[in-house]
Amino acid sequence: MKEKLVIIGNGMAPGRMLEHLLEADPERCEVVIFNAEPRVNYDRIMLSPVLSGEKAYEEIIIHGDGWYIDRGIVLYKGHRVVSIDRAGKTVTSDHGVVEAYDRLVIATGSVPFIIPVPGTDLAGVITYRDLDDVQAMLLAAQSREKAVVIGGGLLGLEAAAGLRARGMEVTVLHVMPTLMERQLDPAAGYLLQKAVEARGIEVITRANTRRITGCGRVEGVELDDGRVIPATLVVMAVGIRPNVGLAREAGLTVNRGIVVDDGMRTSDASIMALGECAEVAGDTYGLVAPLYQMARVAAAHLSGDESARFVHSETPTKLKVTGIDLYSLGDFADGDDREEIVLRDATAGVYKRLVLKENRIIGTVLFGETSDGAWFGDLQKKQADISGIRDSLIFGQAYQGGSPADPLAAVAALPDDAEICGCNGVCKGRIVGAIRQKGLTALDDVRAHTKASASCGTCTGLVEQLMSLTLGDGYNPAAIQPICQCTDLGHDDVRRLIRAKGLKTIPAVMQELEWKTSCGCAKCRPALNYYLVCDWPDEYADDYQSRFINERVHANIQKDGTYSVVPRMWGGMTSSKELRAIADVVDKFAIPAVKVTGGQRIDMLGIRKEDLPAVWADLGKAGFVSGQAYAKGLRTVKTCVGSDWCRFGTQDSTGLGIRIEKFMWGSWTPAKVKMAVSGCPRNCAEATCKDVGVVCVDSGYEIHFAGAAGLDIKGTEVLGLVKAEDEALEVIVALTQMYREQGRYLERIYKWARRIGIDEIRRQIVDDRERRRAYFDRFVFSQKFAQVDPWSQRVSGKDKHEFNPLARLELAEAAE
Amino acid sequence: MMNWTQIGNIGDIPLRGARCVATPQGRIGVFRTADGKVYAIEDHCPHRGGPLSQGIVHGASVTCPLHNWVISLETGETLGADEGAVRTIPVRMEGEAIFIALETRAEKAA
Ligand code: SRM
Ligand SMILES: Cc1cc2nc3c(=O)[nH]c(=O)nc-3n(C[C@H](O)[C@H](O)[C@H](O)COP(=O)(O)OP(=O)(O)OC[C@H]3O[C@@H](n4cnc5c(N)ncnc54)[C@H](O)[C@@H]3O)c2cc1C
Ligand code: SF4
Ligand code: FES
Repeated sequence: MKEKLVIIGNGMAPGRMLEHLLEADPERCEVVIFNAEPRVNYDRIMLSPVLSGEKAYEEIIIHGDGWYIDRGIVLYKGHRVVSIDRAGKTVTSDHGVVEAYDRLVIATGSVPFIIPVPGTDLAGVITYRDLDDVQAMLLAAQSREKAVVIGGGLLGLEAAAGLRARGMEVTVLHVMPTLMERQLDPAAGYLLQKAVEARGIEVITRANTRRITGCGRVEGVELDDGRVIPATLVVMAVGIRPNVGLAREAGLTVNRGIVVDDGMRTSDASIMALGECAEVAGDTYGLVAPLYQMARVAAAHLSGDESARFVHSETPTKLKVTGIDLYSLGDFADGDDREEIVLRDATAGVYKRLVLKENRIIGTVLFGETSDGAWFGDLQKKQADISGIRDSLIFGQAYQGGSPADPLAAVAALPDDAEICGCNGVCKGRIVGAIRQKGLTALDDVRAHTKASASCGTCTGLVEQLMSLTLGDGYNPAAIQPICQCTDLGHDDVRRLIRAKGLKTIPAVMQELEWKTSCGCAKCRPALNYYLVCDWPDEYADDYQSRFINERVHANIQKDGTYSVVPRMWGGMTSSKELRAIADVVDKFAIPAVKVTGGQRIDMLGIRKEDLPAVWADLGKAGFVSGQAYAKGLRTVKTCVGSDWCRFGTQDSTGLGIRIEKFMWGSWTPAKVKMAVSGCPRNCAEATCKDVGVVCVDSGYEIHFAGAAGLDIKGTEVLGLVKAEDEALEVIVALTQMYREQGRYLERIYKWARRIGIDEIRRQIVDDRERRRAYFDRFVFSQKFAQVDPWSQRVSGKDKHEFNPLARLELAEAAE
Repeated sequence: MMNWTQIGNIGDIPLRGARCVATPQGRIGVFRTADGKVYAIEDHCPHRGGPLSQGIVHGASVTCPLHNWVISLETGETLGADEGAVRTIPVRMEGEAIFIALETRAEKAA
């Protein structure tokens, strides 16, 4: 019988523990997890980059749903455990689920501390702990109004920088005279304050909050000296407290945290605790490095190795605000038995201070220039005697032994066991070993294999230096991002060379541009295929084997291997005849789901691949063509009812939308293109978040572009106002062609526009009539070859092999 | 024992392409690489069961159409950082004809 392991809390500590446990002994335990947060395990550290917009939530997920499914782990998302019955060995969640356990692990993390002043329960006052908090801040940031962050520590400053990056006016209130006083000495705290202020964030120190004002919603923060700072959002980031309520109620020994021994065992032999909620030898922890060590120890004990022990170690503090470099480790209080070495460079904003005791480093504070952090940290950890190098110590490792200041030399000289990634406890030897043994050449691969730089990311520079050191010329981070591992060239160079050298097939491109693999990969082949389709519309023979399955079979693959089919409904208009034809197809092929899409048309989902051609044949009879809902090409043109019906309509928006869609369908583009036409500025077709949109006004057509409403949300830019419908069409087509010729594969219009510059695009498309006409003509030429309905082609037999199995085998006879 | 069955001819599979074969033991993907080699593996990605025969074939590997795991056609193992493997199925060519070897049911039960 497997041992039943129940875990309360699904944060970073237990997530890492499970990885170690499954690695040591995948079959040992049946695992059930309860998590009060309604989500999987994600990298909490990276919430700040999500807040600032540098990362998306999807990118910080550590274990996705599939991870749990594949390992047979039950995860109750959104279930808070409300009681532990130690005698009966069960736990109960707030939704009434009861699970019995053989072993229980408590990993409930921390709760943010709320200062005891009036007004903290007003709407608009939030803490900074989980994704919900980030989402609440992002929502508030849309108002672009004023935010106050209470607390000038790590979390508070990251929140402030994120909110500022999102366009809010931000004030940080800090009760002490300098920022981050627990990690920085006053001099570094002062430099930090200047750096924070330089980003447009106001900092008020010695600020004691008296109350938060407002009626129902927060309106401001009142200080002890009577000042009131107006705010529509208040973020409380003044500290955390181990989350121990549940353990205390269950009668476990609890101090500040849940008391555990150095094997992570609580006072109950069947229950362990780890993470921020646990207290070992009187210490609780709030950074992941020690928590990951706890995870390793707990996993060892769970898999039967009782010898593993947790040992206290100091973790350096780093701030994850792009452009502010600081590093602090250890004890830097003044004292009679201590000496210090200080280096200041006021113009460069650099401050370095080492605190020494008996010729050993006990504290390090670096601001502005932190590349020697790992080296100092290593000397400090090993308690090395520095008397021999004392004079040059502060200048860093590159200056030791009189060698010239080569930044790589410093990293080269680090011993193999020097810790590079503090969060994940990865040392230099492991990184270099992985690069060599696995032949890694990209930073992302090093992250995937070693986890170094995969958490807070502040050690990325060091990891990159290790890569240059190990790979020599094989690694050049400043170089243009190559398309993929098959080439060193970037997208722009490849596009340029395809035209300059007149390359017209994928093998020719690979040969001439010295591809490193025999036939490319799933990243470069679709890109090359698009570039060739775009540049040589009449000559290039589209290579279907280089297209993603959806574009190969002209339907969207679903998670169970069936397909969905979306026919065009021009401009979102339909008729009883069309609807009847769809209804008949649905009945005839027993299609399990029919859905109205977000693009004003109908999606039939769950169609077996073998049935696709017959489905299309029937749809074709009713006049339908493919909606290309799968294509890196023109998708939909949404419209509103416009002047035909609407009492506010200024122009025939429906008509223009249909005209655009009929003119442009079938064209391939670097990434998908979605358009919309609204009949007046009420904008019911949502034209201002599309790749291209038109807002009709009395005086003509306002043409918008470079909007987004998917992974990113971005309002459009106005390209220009034109008077006539014909001119609107010409501008839109020319703009699309310019994007087709310059866009990198998978780069949406808004990203391309950001790269090229809105003004440059306006100059070429609006101001330069001749150039606009030339783009327009090239588009029209390429449509001659592109505007062929792929469905009717397949109905008449093209690519028949795609839709049927090669063979269907019965049970082997020999077996009977 | 091995039970060799003809499933079709080489011309039935596009270069750098794949077809699938329905068998009582589940679907099998049959792949033809750029250099004309033929491989057969379970048509079921180790990640979330994606149909590998619908992926993009490059070198002697295929990229799954659902979430881009890359699987070696030679060993059935995943390449890169992801871990997992699918069963490989023996293939024999006789001229143009492709044969694959299925386990017989007797063997499976044993
Ligand atoms: C069917 C539909 C959802 C629905 O039920 O309404 C849909 C379904 C899918 N969307 Fe979407 N999107 C649909 C409208 C949208 C919209 C709204 C719109 O078009 O007005 C958006 C936001 C606007 C935008 O694109 O910026 C949208 C943003 C995305 C994104 C994010 C793209 C981005 O660059 O930010 C993806 C992912 C991608 O393309 O890589 C995506 C990808 C997908 C895929 C293709 C996922 C996939 O790769 O398999 C889904 C295919 C399901 C299927 O087989 O039909 N879908 N998707 C909508 C089809 C519209 C249509 O008629 O063609
Ligand atoms: C914005 C931010 C930035 C940070 N930056 C850094 C950094 O740069 N470097 C660093 O080292 N650390 C950083 N940290 C700290 C680090 O994230 C934490 O130390 C770490 O996540 C703690 O892990 P944990 O598993 O103990 O708890 P958590 O990750 O907090 O997980 C606890 C989980 O338990 C759940 N839970 C609580 N009670 C119950 C219950 N009764 N039943 C079920 N589930 C329950 C909670 O919902 C939560 O999901 C940062 C933290 C934040 C918030
Ligand atoms: S939002 Fe789009 S991509 Fe995401 S699940 Fe829905 S249809 Fe699929
Ligand atoms: S199912 Fe194959 S990659 Fe996800």
